[in-house]
Amino acid sequence: MTNGAGLGLKAQHYEDALACAADGLWFEVHPENYMVDGGPRLAWLDAIRARHPLSLHGVSLSLAADAPPDPVHLQRLATLVARTEPMLVSEHLAWSAWRDHYYPDLLPFVRNDEALKRIADNVQRTQDALRRRIAVENPTHYMVLDGHEWSEVDFLAELARRTGCGLLLDVNNVHISARNLGFDAPTYLDAFPVDAVMEIHLAGHSEDPELGAALLVDSHDAPVADEVWSLYRRVIERSGPRPTLIERDDRLPGFGELMDERDRAQAILDERTAHA
Amino acid sequence: MKLADFQDDFIHALYADDGSLARQPGFRVYRNTVIKGCVDALQANYPTVERLVGEAWFRAAATIHARATPPTDARLLDYGRHFADFLDTFEPARELPYLADIARLDRYWIESHTALDEAVLDAADIAGPGPDTVWLPHPATRWAWFEAQPIFSIWHANREELAVDDELPWTGEGALLTRYDGQVRWTAISRGTCTFLDACAAGQPLAAAAQVMLLDDPDVEIAPMLTTLLAMGAFVSTSP
Repeated sequence: MTNGAGLGLKAQHYEDALACAADGLWFEVHPENYMVDGGPRLAWLDAIRARHPLSLHGVSLSLAADAPPDPVHLQRLATLVARTEPMLVSEHLAWSAWRDHYYPDLLPFVRNDEALKRIADNVQRTQDALRRRIAVENPTHYMVLDGHEWSEVDFLAELARRTGCGLLLDVNNVHISARNLGFDAPTYLDAFPVDAVMEIHLAGHSEDPELGAALLVDSHDAPVADEVWSLYRRVIERSGPRPTLIERDDRLPGFGELMDERDRAQAILDERTAHA
Repeated sequence: MKLADFQDDFIHALYADDGSLARQPGFRVYRNTVIKGCVDALQANYPTVERLVGEAWFRAAATIHARATPPTDARLLDYGRHFADFLDTFEPARELPYLADIARLDRYWIESHTALDEAVLDAADIAGPGPDTVWLPHPATRWAWFEAQPIFSIWHANREELAVDDELPWTGEGALLTRYDGQVRWTAISRGTCTFLDACAAGQPLAAAAQVMLLDDPDVEIAPMLTTLLAMGAFVSTSP
């Protein structure tokens, strides 16, 4: 597995992505966009995969729903995994499907024993179906929910212990959640079980149009913020190099601008490798 | 609280906009994200409808549809199965009676774009088809006859960002979409050609399909029609 820095693959950047030969570069896609019978999308993905390592980052397995993952959807994912042989497969500690409907967001839940048991079972089913370890990502928080029995860090550590899954640490999500809920991001990160971390995400965020800085939104529509870069350095210092992704989904700049951000992450990884 | 009960309450709050969850300011982020995700998907899937009505009108209509009909599948490329039917009965769309059929052609485009990869029947590979020869439409081939309005002309002009001809005759039209070399292509076809393709899709041999077609539309010339269909890559290869 590469320990380099990667980019989310956007259709607008296919040609540049295909041609780019930067050291350690890899690409990440949402598998849902490639769950098609055939046609140019899959042909493009195959072409990218022939040049670069690929990561599949799912948004819809709905691991934190009180139901097993949809077996048809899981089979589609398994088919795509077999086709692309990705270096990583990841999902979210959240839910998005419920009672035959799909809600395109990553929705929260109360971290209690019942949820832990259900989510561990869902992760296990996923790993069994894919015959591989997956990484589970810490979500962004916008609300205080009553009734948590577990801290998020302990919940993720226990999930990894029970299922053998890895973790995807989204540093921007930690920064946003810390600001929105009022906890200390460095304390959260210092307690995070870094040995299980298979990938790190970095992204930009924005302020809520009504509440401003009191409510940060995980909008992926801006460059990575300075505070998030500092937190990232802090994590890498402790964990050692980890595959790191720059996520950008909205207000897309040119490929070169995204590569500059990606190169900044790569430089931090290289520096850490040199000091190992 | 049980996980399932929490989820039920959360979904209720997303759509009904009440309950204790909805009172927290942060809840709005979830509600906005869910609806934006649906509306963005519809906007991506129905670009020709958007060009005809403008972005603001489109997003307002799509929001109403998204609130009433959430996706049932995580593949958002598939979202909008009921959007054309919604436009058919959407009061503000009454002045644009062609809008729903334009949405149907946008939907065909996606179906063609994502259909199974199979070799197309190439004119060069055909050694004299006989009356019993069966040609099946390629998985990426879509066609429809629109009886009352020039749906294809309106659709393709807007899809290609061209001006619609001021003198456009207001008559029925057929549309054919195929995928060739990985690209979705389109052309106008006659009512008879649509009937012919229906018969081919039902597994009828060429002679029988042509007979059905001529009963429906005696004016179609078979040879040029077949040349067009083959050039468009409308049929799947018969080679094993």
